[in-house]
Amino acid sequence: MNDFLIVFTAVLLALLLQPLIQRKAGHLWSAVSAVNFVRKNGAFLSLYLILAVVAWMVFMIILPQLYMVDFSFRNNLPLAEVGGPKDVHTLKNYEYLIFGRETDEELLNWLHLSVFLKTMLASIFVTLLDLALCYPIAYYMAQVAKGGQARLLVLALIVPFWVNEILRAFAFRILFGTGGVINSFLIYLGIWDEPFDFLRADVGLYAGLSYAYILLMIFPIYNAIESLDHNQIEAARDLGAPWWRIHWRVVIPHAKPGIASACTMVFMLSAGALAAPQILGGPSSLWFTQVIYQWFNTGGNWPQGSAYAFVLLIACIAFVMTVMKIFKVTLGEITK
Amino acid sequence: MTSRTVMRFMIGFYILLFFGYLFGPLLLMGVTAFNATSFPQVTPWEGFTTAWFVQLLQDDQMIDGLTNSLWIGLGVVCISVPIGLAAALMMTQIYERVRPYYYMVVVSPVLTPGVILGISTLVFWDRMGTAVNAEYESLFYNGMWLTIVGQSTFISAYCMLVFLARLARFDKTQEEAALDLGATHVQVFWKILIPFLRPAIFSAAVLAFLTSFENYNTTVFTIQAESTLTTVLAGKVRMGTQPDLSALAVIIIAVTLTGALVHEFLKQKERMAQLRQEKAAKAAEQELSATMGL
Repeated sequence: MNDFLIVFTAVLLALLLQPLIQRKAGHLWSAVSAVNFVRKNGAFLSLYLILAVVAWMVFMIILPQLYMVDFSFRNNLPLAEVGGPKDVHTLKNYEYLIFGRETDEELLNWLHLSVFLKTMLASIFVTLLDLALCYPIAYYMAQVAKGGQARLLVLALIVPFWVNEILRAFAFRILFGTGGVINSFLIYLGIWDEPFDFLRADVGLYAGLSYAYILLMIFPIYNAIESLDHNQIEAARDLGAPWWRIHWRVVIPHAKPGIASACTMVFMLSAGALAAPQILGGPSSLWFTQVIYQWFNTGGNWPQGSAYAFVLLIACIAFVMTVMKIFKVTLGEITK
Repeated sequence: MTSRTVMRFMIGFYILLFFGYLFGPLLLMGVTAFNATSFPQVTPWEGFTTAWFVQLLQDDQMIDGLTNSLWIGLGVVCISVPIGLAAALMMTQIYERVRPYYYMVVVSPVLTPGVILGISTLVFWDRMGTAVNAEYESLFYNGMWLTIVGQSTFISAYCMLVFLARLARFDKTQEEAALDLGATHVQVFWKILIPFLRPAIFSAAVLAFLTSFENYNTTVFTIQAESTLTTVLAGKVRMGTQPDLSALAVIIIAVTLTGALVHEFLKQKERMAQLRQEKAAKAAEQELSATMGL
């Protein structure tokens, strides 16, 4: 009954105010349509463009990030105490990452710091490995292969990447497990008698991660090298340059933006990878995202997890900025 | 000359090795799907079986996850394609001076790790829910809805990039001509811009669906009590390995392979049509200039 009354009064009010609103709306409309943007697009389009873009930017990109950062500076409180006197900002969560609990004997929280450092270094390693693996293929596809062959190679590259990320990691588990294909084969050959635990040694993880981002490494480099005029390479060759100098002095400088963009993408994705470390990582070694995941799941401490996530984000941004500085490329070139 | 042949041989060998690395693991996984051993392995071979495919179809958890994944994928397409389109159109119209900043904001989800997008979506909606005292069954805590929103955050940016690539080839004079001839803005939008963008809309939708379908990093945080195919899979793989996962992989590979081939075929056809069109245009132009030159 109550709801009905509210609706009823609202309708009544609207009817009474209608002439006034209409006159005002007329003014408003003429003011709005004076704006260039609205004049160019018409009312319908302008409304759609502005609503969609603002909703996306504000409610999906900016506010969630800000809330996460704000949350990372708060205490982990039960629902009843939210908004209470204990709901204040604190640096506790960040202190914990660096120093650990006050009762700990060690000065620093080596457990998590070493995981963080290992994740960063391993991601750089995976990126460089991928670059070394993919550069020759990208060059071959862009400059050597003919039309039909190049298209076939592109197709062959794309197909494996539509297989689910988890299943790809699973394939590597079959390959590298103690009872896996490689171990069975090597034992059969008599190279060693006891199966070697590749997963514990993180070999499976590095292989799986570098496999996962091959496509993202090849395409930006391929695009960059493809735009290089083949005559330049011919000219260098005619002038007597050996193949490695052609690459060093002609191809790589030209492909620099592509290489930078590929490397940033691969680094970000490996640093932020979660599935591959969960499936392929050794039992004693963690990836930083796994620690974050633990805070959210079994740890039940969301503010702490948010703080860790923010640290990861800052590290990634710092990496992108460094690469942009070193290679002198812009953001637009990276996301091309 | 011999060094050249040696070089060529080495390159060929490397390409072979590379594609072996690319397809080897998948092929071996495919083989394990048909091996009768209860653990996914190639050796020892205990006979050919299709039992794992049957087991897969009877797995309710997996089927539930699949249904959720399909719904989420559909939701993501419905949200990210319109947003991506709007963002791309906005890009072409926004003030020159603001453009780099705008671009930085809208492209940032592509570069942000998926884990962080999932966490920020989860925290944002949770805190908003707390702020308005929402009930537990409401949208604020609904795993499916949060997953759709979280995934759309970055998939919209993917769609925007697809649209921007297509818009870069848009001939502005078409729009101006239509306006000069008295078309309204809405008409120009529906009759000129949308038909021009149709291939891009299609590929953005496909891209959005597939990306959503296989996403794990964002989903694992936002999905909470629900499950999608990838979270079910990840749970299974971590618990222990069973050959029915290989069977699923075989199905997925078969589907994607067909999809990729069909896509390539369509693209080839389009390319041919374009080539023919260009040839015809050139011929017409030549004829025209020949007659005018008289």
